[in-house]
Amino acid sequence: MTVTTDSRPASGPTGDTWLNPLWRSRLEPLLAAGRAAGADLVEVFLERTDHLGVLAEQEAITSVSPAFGMGAGLRVFLGERDGFVSTNDLSAAGLIEALDQALGMLGLLRPAQGSGGFEGLLALRDHGQGKDHWLALCPGLGDATAKLLLGTDRLQRHGHHLQARRGNYARDWQEVLVAASDGTFARDVRLHQSLGLSVLAADGEHRASLGRRYGTSDRPEALHHWDADDSAQDLCGSAATMLYADYVEAGQLPVVLANRFGGVIFHEACGHLLETTQLERGTTPFADRIGETIAHEAVTAIDEGLTGGAFGSLAMDDEGMEPQRTVLIENGVLRAFLSDRAGERRTGHARTGSGRRQSHSFAAASRMRNTFIAAGPHSPDDLIASIDRGLYCKSMGGGSVGPTGQFNFAVEEGYLIENGSLTRPVKGATLIGEAKEVMPRISMCANDLELAAGFCGSVSGSIFVTVGQPHIKVDGITVGGR
Amino acid sequence: MATTLDAETLRSRLEQLAAHEGIDRWDLGAACSTDTSVQVDRGEAKQMKGAQRSAITVRVWNGAGLVGITSTSDLSDEGLRRALSGAHAASAFGNPEDIPAFSPLATAPVPTLDQPLHEPRSILTLLDTLRDAERDLLGRHPAIQTVPYNGLAQRRSERLYLNSNGACRQQRLTTASLYLYARAEEAGRKPRSSGAVRLAYGADDLDIAGCVEEAAERTIAHLDYAPIATGRYVCVFSPEAFLDLIGAFSGMFNARAVLDGVSLSRRESLGESLAVPFLDLHDNGLHPGNIGASAFDGEGTPTRRLTLLEGGVLRNFLHSEATARAFAVEPTGHAGMGAKVSVGPDWFEVGPTPGSEGGASGLDRFAPSGQRGGERPELVVIDSLSALHAGVKASQGSFSLPFDGWLIENGQQRSIEAATVAGDIREVLQRIVGFEGEAKITPDGLCPWVWVEGLSVTGDA
Repeated sequence: MTVTTDSRPASGPTGDTWLNPLWRSRLEPLLAAGRAAGADLVEVFLERTDHLGVLAEQEAITSVSPAFGMGAGLRVFLGERDGFVSTNDLSAAGLIEALDQALGMLGLLRPAQGSGGFEGLLALRDHGQGKDHWLALCPGLGDATAKLLLGTDRLQRHGHHLQARRGNYARDWQEVLVAASDGTFARDVRLHQSLGLSVLAADGEHRASLGRRYGTSDRPEALHHWDADDSAQDLCGSAATMLYADYVEAGQLPVVLANRFGGVIFHEACGHLLETTQLERGTTPFADRIGETIAHEAVTAIDEGLTGGAFGSLAMDDEGMEPQRTVLIENGVLRAFLSDRAGERRTGHARTGSGRRQSHSFAAASRMRNTFIAAGPHSPDDLIASIDRGLYCKSMGGGSVGPTGQFNFAVEEGYLIENGSLTRPVKGATLIGEAKEVMPRISMCANDLELAAGFCGSVSGSIFVTVGQPHIKVDGITVGGR
Repeated sequence: MATTLDAETLRSRLEQLAAHEGIDRWDLGAACSTDTSVQVDRGEAKQMKGAQRSAITVRVWNGAGLVGITSTSDLSDEGLRRALSGAHAASAFGNPEDIPAFSPLATAPVPTLDQPLHEPRSILTLLDTLRDAERDLLGRHPAIQTVPYNGLAQRRSERLYLNSNGACRQQRLTTASLYLYARAEEAGRKPRSSGAVRLAYGADDLDIAGCVEEAAERTIAHLDYAPIATGRYVCVFSPEAFLDLIGAFSGMFNARAVLDGVSLSRRESLGESLAVPFLDLHDNGLHPGNIGASAFDGEGTPTRRLTLLEGGVLRNFLHSEATARAFAVEPTGHAGMGAKVSVGPDWFEVGPTPGSEGGASGLDRFAPSGQRGGERPELVVIDSLSALHAGVKASQGSFSLPFDGWLIENGQQRSIEAATVAGDIREVLQRIVGFEGEAKITPDGLCPWVWVEGLSVTGDA
């Protein structure tokens, strides 16, 4: 059973798919009017969404939260300036009103007639072809709730001292259509599913709360392949270890960061600073450093939107451009920035298919997709063996980066490294540093690259991303603790 | 773009659609808003934005009494039909162990709030205003070269709560906000950043000069920095930083979290001493300083002032209808709306317990150390905390957070290069030394400077 729906919206052309080529006849006059008003470029982003969220706690389903919506975002460029208007009103009058408002922001007025040189939209690039049945293929509420309850049951089976057990599932379906006065006309259907387990273990004064999240894109059947037992065992093992862990002793230490979500260090410490959004703001220390060494020669870093099923993959970005594989850093040398339409106009860096946004309510911005440090020649054991006294970060929490390039992220599960071996578990660590200082200190990369799903919140909202890396060694970083 | 919710029309449409679906018990929360905002970059318009948003959430009770919910931004007849139908389908998976009901206070009188409605300014007027503010801030110090994060926004909004028992709540509001975060850099030194925020009911009422002044003052005060040695310090939290910390651990006061077993508190914690005996904490969404206060919560319950800690003793929890029923008390007006109703605080008031003794009074971080109530040669001033989403373990009580602040040594204040502060919220509440200065109104609440002893600070000196 599913609570998604097959009905058509009340406003807008109809057909086999909602955002179909029939929209051409409505959008072309809109784009022509914007150009005739004097805009350099007019872009329309239309979307329809269908979300399902389910929460299981202990032995019960405690929340089922379906949501659906639609809307449009209109952006008008004039030189390096732009005006952006979003609306839920997709009627012809609603879209015209939004255009007028966006033009007015730039001091432009829509004339009674004229096309301003607009030559019409190109043939539709329909990346959504063959995906229209995805929503119907997704697990229904019955399947999703059963799987989550299996997860919380397995937590109970494998865990000790568990005070709370939770499983949650989110399915986000989105149909988008992008049309722009440069002829861009592209459609896509996206599907993201994520599943998380979390526990709170408590024994007297000892407490540990941990979670794991798994995410895929464009795989309607993904939930069926999720191994609840394996995930529960993994999480409960970590919870049992961390329940009695001591707080980490603060200081400057060498650290080894595990693969998968360890990649959050590159995402926060460097990735954001290689978005043209940061160049525009003047908040990256890497401006004008293309071709220069900014990291240790062991580091090659890539951002791409192509890996099949990865959380940050996409057939086209939110400006209608196919994603690329962008080598950001090659053997320590800065090679490229991630760029979107606005970034290209304002900084001169060519678009990379990285224009992304949470929804129609946000103007697209240059954002990361699947971002990772490439594998190196070492084994993970080599990295740990190279440290006399340090910290092994097996599992990471979230992080952030500030306007001066200072980054931070939390360590959920850590272990001391003493004389080249892992010893006691420790908790409560926060790693802080600055990109310019930490990138040259990533001195060893192992051969076990893996990716992990996550969410990234920034100027254009919260988006699906992948972080990743092999095990890496950082020669020294500030470890905040007690 | 109109932002008017017609309560009677919505009710009539819902009643018809519900009757068609065989639903006789429902409620609805709706909101719509129109926003305009501008950003600038060194005198040029960077981005101008407008947004029209609408959203409704429909909740229904099925024949078995189970609850389902659906949300949508589509307020058309078809959107409402789908929402009602979706909620009905979801109700088959409602939790029989925890069924929400209508709030018994959903028709009780709501407080009258003094919230003047302002006509929106044109976006070009906003742009000129923000340009002037940016120019003013850039002119305050040669090291301030950009204001990379800035924005001036205004909003007109409306929210509505209806239920099939006849409850009808409606509130209209206009608000405006300004934020200015400057970046300063001196030759051979690291860039530093800080800023300020102001809220008002309309763009004309914003304290723009005050925002510029505060942003400049805070940014300049971080220019001369040095690393700090790792150790335990007496920390002086700014009102903003202390409220951030209390907010991150508000699960201690949240009945939903207590019932779910993820709070640091238990049912039996009421009446226990959680903090020093001279600390009071209230949640007061009705305080006139709370710009944009709601008169009612997601279930239609009127907003009220609620004592959480009195003399350090836990007196009340924040409640929704369902949690209040479980505790046999009245709902407190802190509910959201959902299949599982969330509970959250509105706006905190922190301060000394009237008539209490024990807390150090007249604290002054700039006074000679001997006059600060004991030998405290060094103080760490915590101006703002970062990364609360990552560095707080709310159900464990622990935190480890980067902060911006200053070290005060022998009366001299110097910015700290980079550091984290770590501890346990239960220890923080028991280690409060006292308060400094008058309580300050911030976007999150009312609070004086708060002195806490013995917190771990990690630096790289």
